[in-house]
Amino acid sequence: METKQDAAAQGAIAELLRRRRDDVLGRWVAIIAATVQGRITERELRAETAELFELAVRVAEEGPRGAAADELRGALGDLSRSRARQGFSPTEIAVSVFALKQALYENMEGGDTDEQAAYRQFIEFSAVMDDLGLHTFETYAAAREQVIADQAESLLELSTPVVKLWEGIVAVPLIGTLDSARTQVVMETLLQTLVDTGSEYAVIDITGVAAVDTEVAQHLLKTVVAARLMGAECVISGIRPQIAHTIVTLGIEFGDIVTKATLADALGYALEHRGVVLGEKRER
Amino acid sequence: MTDAGATEIPIGSGDDVVRVRQAVREAAGAAKLSLVDQTKIVTAASELARNTLIYGGGGHARVERVDSGLGRAGIRILFADEGPGIPDLDLALTDGWTSGNGLGLGLSGARRLVDEFSLDSAPGAGTRITVVKWGR
Ligand SMILES: Nc1ncnc2c1ncn2[C@@H]1O[C@H](COP(=O)(O)OP(=O)(O)OP(=O)(O)O)[C@@H](O)[C@H]1O
Ligand SMILES: [Mg+2]
Repeated sequence: METKQDAAAQGAIAELLRRRRDDVLGRWVAIIAATVQGRITERELRAETAELFELAVRVAEEGPRGAAADELRGALGDLSRSRARQGFSPTEIAVSVFALKQALYENMEGGDTDEQAAYRQFIEFSAVMDDLGLHTFETYAAAREQVIADQAESLLELSTPVVKLWEGIVAVPLIGTLDSARTQVVMETLLQTLVDTGSEYAVIDITGVAAVDTEVAQHLLKTVVAARLMGAECVISGIRPQIAHTIVTLGIEFGDIVTKATLADALGYALEHRGVVLGEKRER
Repeated sequence: MTDAGATEIPIGSGDDVVRVRQAVREAAGAAKLSLVDQTKIVTAASELARNTLIYGGGGHARVERVDSGLGRAGIRILFADEGPGIPDLDLALTDGWTSGNGLGLGLSGARRLVDEFSLDSAPGAGTRITVVKWGR
């Protein structure tokens, strides 16, 4: 419910915002700039803040249920999403809003009646509470992120199964995008499985891998060397044409590492070397 | 040349390198590059993004679609950092040379993987690398 007094106060704020537009806007931009420190260009920041400012003035006139408020919410939503993608923290984003209060407050022409003094104290206290509120929000977001990071980690382990193909032969199918962390986990798991199962052959199948760069290649090479030190041989299978092209252009050399076109070929190779002979079932 | 919507991605962690790779793959697919060319530009981007992270101390990548004006589409990627810069470009572009513990093939290999490669770096002035891959 809106009383007459509220409406009058709103009008006064809007009027003040308009009259001191350049000062308030300038100060608003400055406060945000201090928080985001060079991660957004001054020009960009000024342009987007000016847009928000016009909307904020209209909100001051129309109140929180007007069309301007909807528009402002939309604009802030876009801004938050893009900032989040750029890696800004919730506080750094929220400052874009709260800082207008500070900027306006600093630009109010104050007398020094008791009432105004009390009002100023209230504003200062309100700023402190805003900070505390942001702190709870920041903590909440950090806790959520931890949960997500934990889930990502357990997914990482789940998605790297080392399977036994035959007595003495294990295989690991690599799938998707290999980042350093994942490749490391896969390779460690593989080496551990070699030890646990006493296997002599390991097939690393990269059919499902999107790209092999020098980092992935280095992990592969290191794993092969480590496996050799443990008396096991690695076979790399499933190098697709586009990956082969890229590896050659990059200049990576796999040296004397055995590579096979398919996982089946690799298994055949390992079986043969273990002296396993598979007979075809005779046709009647 | 005209560009249609560039994507800017900060590079500050290993996850960001993966993000750059994904953005490049998406853009390369949209520009209708062949599978081989897609894989090449993604791999080159992976190398350059990782160098930006490791040697440049972080920076950003800018991925954009370009058109030759002759009906050929391609993608251009800029990598920029404010790191220490590269004191000896020839040395850095030598196959097998690394100041860290890599294979020393990322920079030179990335240059071979793309159609256009320009490197702008000086000690203390950071590094900017732009690469372009055209569709056939
Ligand atoms: N953005 C950069 N800033 C500063 N120095 C760089 C940058 N990029 C590359 N360098 C220098 O160039 C060298 C060669 O880079 P390159 O990517 O070829 O090899 P690497 O990263 O050491 O190993 P690899 O990429 O094969 O794993 C690096 O070791 C580093 O000294
Ligand atoms: Mg490198």
